[in-house]
Amino acid sequence: MGRITLAGVTKRFGETEVIPPLDLEIADGEFVVFVGPSGCGKSTLLRLIAGLEDVSSGQVSIDGRDMTEAPPAQRGLAMVFQSYALYPHMSVRANIAFPLRMAGMDKAEQARRVEAAAEVLNLTAYLDRRPGQLSGGQRQRVAIGRAIVREPAAFLFDEPLSNLDAALRVGMRLEISELHKRLATTMVYVTHDQVEAMTMADKIVVLQAGRIEQVGSPLDLYHRPQNRFVAGFIGSPRMNFIEGPEAARHGAHVIGIRPEHVVVSQTEGPWKGRVTVTEHLGSDTYYHVHDTGLAEALTVRAPGDGMAAPGDEVWLQPDMDRIHRFDANGARI
Amino acid sequence: MSTRSSRKAARLMLSPSVIVLLVWMIVPLAVTVWYSLLRYNLLRPERTGFIWFRNYTNFVASPAFLSSIVNTLILVVGVLVITVVLGILIALLIDRPIWGQGIVRILVISPFFIMPPVAALIWKNMFMNPTNGLFAEAAKFLGLPPFDFLGHAPLASITLMVAWQWLPFATLILLTALQSMSSEQIEAAEMDGANALNRFWFIVLPHLSRAITVVILIQTIFLLGVFAEILVTTNGGPGTASTTLTFLIYKEALLGFNAGTAAAGGVIAVILANIVAIFLMIAVGRNLDA
Amino acid sequence: MARAVSIRRKSLNTFWAWLVALILFFPILWTVLTSFKPEAQAVASPPLFVDFDWTLQNYRDVQAQRAYFGYFWNSVVIALGSTGLGVLIGIPAAWSMAFVPGRHTRDLLMWMLSTKMMPAVGVLVPIYLIFRDLGLLDTRTGLVVVVMLMNLPIIIWMLYTYFKEIPGEILEAARMDGATLGKEILYVLTPMAVPGIASTLLLNIILAWNEAFWTLNLAVVKAAPLSKFISGFSSPEGLFYAKLSAASTMAIAPILILGWFSQKQLVRGLTFGAVK
Ligand SMILES: Nc1ncnc2c1ncn2[C@@H]1O[C@H](COP(=O)(O)OP(=O)(O)OP(=O)(O)O)[C@@H](O)[C@H]1O
Ligand SMILES: [Mg+2]
Repeated sequence: MGRITLAGVTKRFGETEVIPPLDLEIADGEFVVFVGPSGCGKSTLLRLIAGLEDVSSGQVSIDGRDMTEAPPAQRGLAMVFQSYALYPHMSVRANIAFPLRMAGMDKAEQARRVEAAAEVLNLTAYLDRRPGQLSGGQRQRVAIGRAIVREPAAFLFDEPLSNLDAALRVGMRLEISELHKRLATTMVYVTHDQVEAMTMADKIVVLQAGRIEQVGSPLDLYHRPQNRFVAGFIGSPRMNFIEGPEAARHGAHVIGIRPEHVVVSQTEGPWKGRVTVTEHLGSDTYYHVHDTGLAEALTVRAPGDGMAAPGDEVWLQPDMDRIHRFDANGARI
Repeated sequence: MSTRSSRKAARLMLSPSVIVLLVWMIVPLAVTVWYSLLRYNLLRPERTGFIWFRNYTNFVASPAFLSSIVNTLILVVGVLVITVVLGILIALLIDRPIWGQGIVRILVISPFFIMPPVAALIWKNMFMNPTNGLFAEAAKFLGLPPFDFLGHAPLASITLMVAWQWLPFATLILLTALQSMSSEQIEAAEMDGANALNRFWFIVLPHLSRAITVVILIQTIFLLGVFAEILVTTNGGPGTASTTLTFLIYKEALLGFNAGTAAAGGVIAVILANIVAIFLMIAVGRNLDA
Repeated sequence: MARAVSIRRKSLNTFWAWLVALILFFPILWTVLTSFKPEAQAVASPPLFVDFDWTLQNYRDVQAQRAYFGYFWNSVVIALGSTGLGVLIGIPAAWSMAFVPGRHTRDLLMWMLSTKMMPAVGVLVPIYLIFRDLGLLDTRTGLVVVVMLMNLPIIIWMLYTYFKEIPGEILEAARMDGATLGKEILYVLTPMAVPGIASTLLLNIILAWNEAFWTLNLAVVKAAPLSKFISGFSSPEGLFYAKLSAASTMAIAPILILGWFSQKQLVRGLTFGAVK
């Protein structure tokens, strides 16, 4: 079981309020991802759940029990840190067994669980090494191993993959997703990589300055962003925003259109501009189009074999059904 | 990292250290201040009474006081000049590529680990003794009359001994600072056409300035308290020629049994040391977050 | 760094560096040599360097006449006792300041440092009288406590700078793994800080061993350590060079060797982390 409820939780560091009153419900077995720009309070929120920081006010409950005052050890949660936080003086085996040892479990049972976890994580060959003798990915797996042996009510991950190189990151992402499928345990995952968020999450929580901007499934956020911040934050390349008369024509203060929802034409279209930069990714080509009179620059995503070159005049055909409209406060209309 | 319970634990674990240091600092100091205002001779404990600042005026008015301040200054400044100047030179020398650098370092640092009374006795007897000491032998070899170092130049001799003990400290710290300097900086200066002297003056010395400050301040703290070296060599003499403030207070207290006057001297010493300490705190404090 | 230096330049540098090093080390070398000379040859003129009749007689005499080992044992007890006690109460304090820093941590550290700057002589009178009244004069317990207090600020500072380098996340991980505070310090922090704790111990043992103000003023015979032992040679025994040298060698040898091992940490410890 791992249902986590935050009710009216706030956090102040001295005078500065990092988390204004916040409510959040995380269902049992859910994979929840916190995303948001750097410094928005993702780690702080996670640490409040973990009990590594106290809330300034409000209530944290786990499975319906009030855990606001409980120390981390009693919350039944496991955490995987960005820096892995392995114990450098202990072998991999001892690292994984540490929580069991702290819980006073008997030696045989400890060994059995460590072996089982090592099996799952492909660590059996490394059990007698020190963390210093492992690669980044292996260290990450040890950290996960240390978390799973306890069979916690929920896992907390704070940017666990950000120290890995790109290829490894994709692999580990899949492993964590598989782990979630297999264990069906609640996972709360902090990242600022929206690809991780989109691919892994059942539910994404978008944070800005400690406030929840939107909670929803990945596709929900993509298709129906509640406000301009979420619209700009989710999706890559970023959504284009257009103000002024063009927006007013759609009855909005600002309209947004994603780069993939604009077609480039060399003959016709409602908008016209000049290509300044093209980025060829192979599968796709990104055009940066200036001088449209709509916005500083518009980004357009076209198939990989796009033919426009820098300096070319092009016409843009937005998919009118996919235009997002926002009012002066940034809220979705 | 901090929850209410961890902060509470932190306070709890900090308190033994804070309490013992607080007691160690406050209680004796308060008692010293109290005694300094009393008539208090250990040999005549029945004659007591509150005499305000008479102990201070007595202490300050005695001719030994002024000479002890002068002696302290000479000792401290002398040792500082010798150790910093030679320390820089030796550090520059050792920092260059040489064979056996590790052993050279060990040899240079060794005097620092010698217990002060041992160092003083070695110098006093085996080197500075006017009849059998090595210096006398050297003088004889050169056909010069032997010189009675501790008899005729007691303060200079003690300064030399103390400088010998502290030179390793200065050298080691300056060497550490030198080694933290990027060779690129030197090379860039070389490319800019700076000669060796210019490089030293404009690049190396400024880089060492913080280390030099630290050396000066820390040594000053320890040098103000030089005691054993004087005790086992000259006992402050001849006359008061090598009596520093620390030693004067000691003589007053444990030889003269005059607790009141000694306490007044102690208060004066504390005040002087604190003036130095403030500068040290500023210098060290600036580097605290680093 | 990798600059080609001509062999000639390097030889020259080496010559000067060794010359300076040997001059600085010479008094120690001479003392050790003299300790093996018969008393008559110790004052020979011109001085003898190695071609004398090597003997261990001086060491035997010093032990027989002056009971060296009693002093040695007191030094060991005072150095180890004060350092051990200091580290025992210093570790929790350093943990607190390194991992739960508060608004006043910095001031607290500065204040601790400032106690180190109080001249000992300033409080000699009351400490002497308090010790006399408590019956602590000339006791090892008293000296252990005083020397511990002298060095406690350095101990805490050194531990603090070493602890600061340990990432707090590892301790948090231990907390998440269910470790209590005691277990966190015992199983995670202490093993990780072993090198730092070791150098703290080493440097403070050296400082305690060489302490020569309180030991000279508060010890008489029973608890007297080597500083007192050697001061007994100030006169006229000091004129027996060979015995003085043997006594000196025995007083400094153990600590000199420890010192060679600790020289790297020395800078950091004695500058309170200001120079690394
Ligand atoms: N111990 C602290 N004391 C004071 N302010 C803090 C403390 N910890 C975090 N903050 C502040 O709280 C805010 C949120 O920090 P937090 O670490 O939660 O951000 P984050 O979303 O995890 O950012 P990142 O993506 O960079 O990890 C930041 O403005 C930070 O400066
Ligand atoms: Mg973070």
